[in-house]
This record gives sequence, C-alpha cells and structure tokens, in this order.
Amino acid sequence: MDATELARWQFGITTVYHFLFVPLTIGMAFMVAAFQTAWVRTGDEKWLRLTKFYGKLFLINFAMGVVTGIVQEFQFGMNWSTYSRFVGDIFGAPLAIEALLAFFLESTFLGLWIFGWDRLPKRVHLACLWIAAVGTVLSAFFILAANSWMQNPVGFRYNPDKGRAELTDFWAVLTNKVNLITVPHTVAGAFLAAGGLVTAVALWHLRRQSADTAAYRSALKVGAWTTLAAMGALLFTGDIQGKIMTQVQPMKMAAAEGLYETQSPAPFSVLTIGTLDGSRPVYQIEIPGLLSWLGTGDWDGTVHGINDLRAEYVAKYGEGSYTPIIPVTYWTFRLMIGFGAAAALIALWALWAMRRDRYGPWLARAALALPLLPLAANTTGWVFTEMGRQPWIVFGQMLTAEAASPSVAAADVATSLAVFSVLYGVLAVVEVGLLVRFARAGTPEIKEPQQPEQLAFAY
Amino acid sequence: MELHDLWFGLIAVLFVGYFVLEGFDFGVGMLLPVLGRDNTGRRVLINTIGPVWDGNEVWVITAGGAMFAAFPEWYATLFSGFYLPLLLILAALIVRGVAFEYRGKRPEPVWQARWDKAIFFGSLIPAVLWGVVFGNIVRGVRLDAAHEYAGTQMDLLNPYALLGGLTTLVLFVTHGAIFVALKTTGDIRARANRLAFRAGLGAGVVAVAFLAWTFAQRASTLSVVFGVIAVLGLAAGLVANRAGREGWAFVGTATAIALAVAALFAGLYPNVLPSTPAEANSLTVTNASSTPYTLRIMSWVALVFTPLVLLYQGWTYWVFRKRLSPTHIPH
Ligand code: HDD
Ligand code: HEM
Ligand code: HEM
Repeated sequence: MDATELARWQFGITTVYHFLFVPLTIGMAFMVAAFQTAWVRTGDEKWLRLTKFYGKLFLINFAMGVVTGIVQEFQFGMNWSTYSRFVGDIFGAPLAIEALLAFFLESTFLGLWIFGWDRLPKRVHLACLWIAAVGTVLSAFFILAANSWMQNPVGFRYNPDKGRAELTDFWAVLTNKVNLITVPHTVAGAFLAAGGLVTAVALWHLRRQSADTAAYRSALKVGAWTTLAAMGALLFTGDIQGKIMTQVQPMKMAAAEGLYETQSPAPFSVLTIGTLDGSRPVYQIEIPGLLSWLGTGDWDGTVHGINDLRAEYVAKYGEGSYTPIIPVTYWTFRLMIGFGAAAALIALWALWAMRRDRYGPWLARAALALPLLPLAANTTGWVFTEMGRQPWIVFGQMLTAEAASPSVAAADVATSLAVFSVLYGVLAVVEVGLLVRFARAGTPEIKEPQQPEQLAFAY
Repeated sequence: MELHDLWFGLIAVLFVGYFVLEGFDFGVGMLLPVLGRDNTGRRVLINTIGPVWDGNEVWVITAGGAMFAAFPEWYATLFSGFYLPLLLILAALIVRGVAFEYRGKRPEPVWQARWDKAIFFGSLIPAVLWGVVFGNIVRGVRLDAAHEYAGTQMDLLNPYALLGGLTTLVLFVTHGAIFVALKTTGDIRARANRLAFRAGLGAGVVAVAFLAWTFAQRASTLSVVFGVIAVLGLAAGLVANRAGREGWAFVGTATAIALAVAALFAGLYPNVLPSTPAEANSLTVTNASSTPYTLRIMSWVALVFTPLVLLYQGWTYWVFRKRLSPTHIPH
C-alpha cells in the first residue's frame, strides 16, 4: 500500500472511531441536563439519581471523545499536507473558530459541572451543563461547515498563482445549504444514539426488577420518546438531504441507488446486484417512481444515471474514473436507514412493554442491540457521505489521490496507523468494560458527605 | 503592522497560554510518583488539576487551528515534517486524558497503578517533545523549494533541540511543584515547596544555557529582553518560594515560561519556519499566510471571543481556589 492509501485507512479508522463517541456526547449532554433540570424544578430525588447515574456514563464516553478529537485536528497537517495547503484559507477558519467558541466552552463548563457540585449554587451548577451542551452543538456546526464545504465548495475562488482555493465569502461557507441540513440531520442522529442508550439501560434494570423502579420508568419514557422523535427528525432532514445531494452531487445519489442509466421517472431499488466492473445491474427489485420523488420531489422527475454522469465528468475534468465504489455507497445508505429504523422500533416496543410492565426475553435481547444500532447508523451514514464523494476530496476541485503529504514516507504512516489502531483497540475494551460496569451498578444512593469539607466529586 | 503580523503574535499568545497552563498540569503529572506517596496523596495531586486540565489542553487545539487558518503553509509543513514527535505527543495526550477520567473508576490497586503510570508518561513525553519541536522550529530545518520538509526524523534529535526538550521538562516540573504548593495543605505542600526550589535551581541553569544558545543562533533585541525577563522571573519565583509566598512564586514561574516562549517567537519573526541551509526556502509570515480576507474574519472572531474565554476560564480558577488536603478526598 502507498502512503495515500494508508493515510486513507488511518483517516477512516480514526474518524469513525471519534464519531462513535461524538453522538453520545452531544445527545447525552442534553439528556443529562434535562434530568438535572427536572430535579431542580420538582425537587424529586429520582431525577437527581438519574442525573448522577447517566452523568457517569456520559463522562466515561466524553473522555474518549476528547482524546480522539485531538488526533483529528493534527491529522490534516500530518497526513494531508497538500490538501491543507490547498484548502487552509477556507477550511482552517471554521476549525479554529470551533476550538475558540466551542471546545473552550465544553471543556471549561464541563469541568465546572463535574467538580462544582458542592462549590456552586444549584442553578449556576445546572447552567454549566447546559452551556457545555450548547457547546457540543456549536462544535458540530463549525466542523460540519468545514466538511460541507468539501462536499459542496462555495464562497471561494481558485487562485492559480498560489495554486490554492481562497475564501471570498465566509457567510456563504457557513450557510452552505449542505451544512444547514447536515447539522440538524447529524444532531438528530446524536439524539437517536443518546435516546437508545438511556432506554436500553433503563429497560435492563426494569427487567431485572432492580430497586428504584420509578426512576427507571421515567428514564425509559424520556429515552424512548427521544429516540422516536429523533427518528422522525432524521426522516424529515434525510429526505431534504437527498434532494440537495441530487443537485450538488448527482453521482452520489446515483451511486446510492445503483442507478446506471438516466431515468424519468426513476424507481427506488430495494435490492440490486451489479456486474463486478460496476457498469450495469444484473438483478434488481424496485419501487417505481420512488427515487424520482426522493431526489427531486416529483414522482416523474429525471434522475441522472452513473454512466451518463461519468461521461459528463470525463468531458469536464478529463480522463479518469469518477465513480465511487458502488456496493459501498449502495449498502451504507440502506444500512443507515435500516439500523436507525430498527432502533426506533425497539424503542417503541419498550414503551409498549412498559405499559403492561412485562419485559420478555426477546425484548431483553433487542435491548442489548439498542445502544449499538444508532452508532452503526451514524457510522454507515458517514461512510456513505465520505465514500460517496470519492474520488474527490474536495468535490470538483481536488482528488483524494493528490492530497496526501509528499514528505511523509509510507513507513511513517504505517507506524502511526499501527499506533492508533492498537491504542484505540485497547481503549475500546477498557471503555466498554467501564460503561457496562457502571450501567449495571444502577442509580446511586444520594448521601451527604461524611465530613463537611469533603469534595462531593473527586477523581 | 499587517494582519499576518497580528496573527503571528496571536499564535504566539496561544502557545504562551498553552505552556503556562498545561505546563503546570504536565508538571503535576510528572510529580505524581514523587509527591504522591500513597493513593490518597496521588488523588490530592490529580484533583488539583482535575477541573482545569482539559480547558488547558484546548489552548493547543486552538493554536493548531489558528495556525491552519492563518498560516496554512506553516501548519502543513510543520505537522507533516515533524511527524514522529507529533505522533508520540498525540499518543501521550490520549493516554493521559483517559487516565484522569478512568483512574478512579475502579478500586483495584493494579488498575490505579497502571493509570498512574499513564499519567506520568503521558505528561513526561509531551513535556520533553514540545521543547524538541520548538527547538527545531527556532533552529530551522531543511526545506525544499516547495516548502516541504526535506530532512529526516532523526535530524530532529539534534543537541540544541534536545536541550530545548530538557528545558521544557525542568521548567514544567518546577512550575508543577509550585502549583501543588499553592493548591494543597499539610505535608504535600511542604514537600512540594522544597522540591520546587531544587528543581528551580536546575531549571535556571538549563534555561540560561538554552536561551544563550538560542540567541547565538537567532536573536533580536526584543527576544533578548524577553529572555532576560524570563530568567529574572524564575529567580524571583524561587526567592518567593523560599519566603513562603506561594502565589508570587507561581507568578514567577508563569512569567518565566511565558517570556521564554515569547523570546522564541520574537527571535523567529518574521520567519515562521526557517530553512537551513537554503535560507531562500524559509517560510515567513508573508509567504505562509492566508488571504487578508480570511485573516480579517478571524481577527474579528478572536477579538470578540478571546476575552470571553479568558473571563470564564479565570472564573473557573476562582471557583476552585480552595486548597486541597487528604481530608477532602472521599473514600
Ligand atoms: C458532529 C459533530 C462532530 C464531528 C463531525 C467531529 N467532531 Fe470532534 N468533537 C465533537 C463533535 C464533532 C464534540 C461533540 O464537540 C466532541 C466530542 C467529545 C467532546 O469532548 O467534544 C469533539 C471533540 C473534539 C476535540 C477535542 C476537544 C476537547 O479537547 O475538548 C477535537 C480537537 C476535535 N473534536 C476535532 C475534530 C475534527 C478535526 C474533526 C473532523 C475530522 C471532528 N472533530 C469531527
Ligand atoms: C465524524 C464523522 C466523519 C466520518 C465518520 C468520516 C468518515 C470518513 C471516511 C470513512 C473516509 C474515508 C473515505 C475513503 O477513504 O474512501 C473519510 C475521508 C475523509 N474525510 Fe471524513 N468523516 C467524518 C467527518 C469528516 C469531517 C468533519 C471532515 C472535515 C472536516 C472530514 C474530512 C475527510 C477527509 C479530509 C477525508 C480524506 C481522506 C480520505 O478520503 O480517505 N471528514 N471520512
Ligand atoms: C430515515 C431516513 C434517512 C434518510 C433519508 C437519510 C438520508 C441521508 C442522506 C441523503 C445523507 C447523505 C448526505 C450527503 O452526503 O450529502 C445522510 C448522511 C448521514 N446520515 Fe442519514 N438518513 C436517514 C437516517 C439516518 C439515521 C437513522 C442516522 C443515524 C442515527 C443517520 C445518520 C447520518 C449521518 C451521521 C450522515 C453523515 C453526515 C451527513 O451528511 O449528514 N441517518 N443521510
């Protein structure tokens, strides 16, 4: 493998890994804040127990999100220096602003929340968590603005003297229509993940008839409704995303569908098996007209096929393959939706079971999958978005094959790939172990400190 | 002054902030096995930095982001060129960050001892390597005409840069010990005060040697002035330490670190990454910078939000101003 290919593997692995923790951080910050708000408002101690219980799970996850994020930021310069030179004038700004606006907020106010239980007035302490939660969404907004620019470059011009893209309109970059829809879609995905975790853990305790049933019932209700609402939001925003994608990256839509020839109306394929070289389908099951509607909002709309688009791109950009890997885009798109829908169905089932207070063995099994399904949906969603953009790293402007660092030897990239893979593998085992341990332990008893001077929370 | 000069200054400020703040929490991490004699003692040490270490770390994230935005060429060359040191720094920061959070999550002594090691090495490695990285930046590295790094990873381990690594190491140990003295009571505090003095004398010798060698290669009036103030700051800090004035001692070491970093940046200007021996290939504030439009936007954002960050980070230190002792640690 050459340095570029290794760097791609490293980017894929480290980013997917980072994004296992990100959605839980975003969603859990809000859910724990909601629990604590309920406690401050009602004074009912069950909400305090839930705050502390889910707060622990949140923090175990947050630590991993933080440390894997630093890698992301350094990685652009380390492995993708040609890319960094090309886009720095545009791409660097949202990244720097994210750090200044969001990361400082998150880290500082979460520090205040963790250690401030006995140091701050109740409401100020609660406000700290809300501020940190807002910080997570700000961070998502700016990083996704950077990513959306790679999907749909706007607000810039190419400077041939410097050989780089230069910013001409920062507002256009922030309000990129891809960004405006990607942010709500991704945040909804985060709530699906957090809702799933909260529901699953509560369900597990209800089935075991652990003490503190009232608290777990409340948690299950909040968690399951969050999951369902998030799925609704994902459907709604995902639908709009599909339409925007059809406009700005028609090849991605065609690849998502395995649609080889331009059609109007175009059918939605439920299953397609193509030839190995990816030039035509062999076997398909289809729903007539649905793709036209998804892509254009019109049951008879025209959707461009892979073969036409490829010819068009060759005419525009010169010889080359402009097709992403079709089986990957095709399946990740379906799996994203499928995993998410499965999570929502299990949440619905859990709500139903709670009404009769009967939690059967099948529901218990499904509950084990519930925290994992949204993470799988988030991952496949990203793999679809990023792999569907290939071979471009910046759509229409720069190819991934030209983007790596020329001064970095393949052996060095291989070393860092190995270091991160091993480190991340070990940490995954440790963190899952801790999560399971604390999830099983259940809600804590609230006790007064033994001595007046003692810290309520300490490392 | 043009905007790229302002941004050179702002990036210097971000690194100053990073080294002053994370400097003491690296120091505390390295002192864990020395000052923390038993488990409760180690927990006291970790809790002195518990609420703030992550906020401190964001300074370097912001510095990296600002470099990317304001000087993409600098960011690209530096990060791809200094590949292995940065990889090691990343690995260390990962292990260290997780260790703070996970150490106390299980009661077994073996578990906690392992994370204690992670905190120690996770603090030691970046404390040395940041010095090595900045030593090389100031000294200059081999760049080709396309501004790509043309040296090898071994070239980065030259004697001057290694002395830079030793300098940051001893400065951070001193700064950390003085911080512990300021934030604890009882036995730990007394031992931290004694250790700070001895470490500080060593730091003084090493830092003077490093700054002298720096000025022999690259100096401006401003950088020499900064360097002298840095040394005076350290000396004043040690005097205050002897006099039992812990707050002033901390101001002293903070000044020493801040001004030493400032001296490096002042000596560097107008280069951002000098090229040796082919001077013409150097990256400078002009040829490495972003467009004035990008810099203008970034300047507005920095102008509005940096004071806000300073305000609420300052408030955190105020909220957690109380000294800690073993009696504060819950079982
Ligand atoms: C949709 C949201 C999202 C996405 C796409 C990414 N991140 Fe992230 N990141 C977050 C949302 C987030 C977060 C929710 O804000 C985190 C997760 C855990 C945390 O502490 O903050 C975070 C943490 C985090 C940190 C540590 C902050 C700290 O120390 O407090 C850094 C440096 C980055 N990220 C950088 C990146 C980069 C360079 C990415 C692009 C490849 C990236 N993240 C993708
Ligand atoms: C957090 C969610 C993200 C995930 C899961 C993700 C996933 C991926 C994957 C799987 C690849 C590899 C594609 C391939 O090699 O064919 C990739 C490529 C890439 N992504 Fe993302 N991505 C995410 C967010 C981002 C963001 C926010 C940015 C920019 C700010 C970004 C920038 C890139 C770059 C530069 C590449 C090029 C490397 C490559 O093509 O392999 N990604 N991403
Ligand atoms: C139910 C119907 C859904 C539809 C129609 C849908 C649609 C889409 C589309 C079209 C994209 C690609 C955007 C682009 O590349 O331009 C996308 C990306 C993505 N999806 Fe979905 N999605 C759905 C459900 C889900 C679920 C359940 C999750 C996760 C819990 C999810 C998470 C993501 C993520 C993380 C991305 C990548 C970031 C982004 O581009 O927003 N999606 N989705």
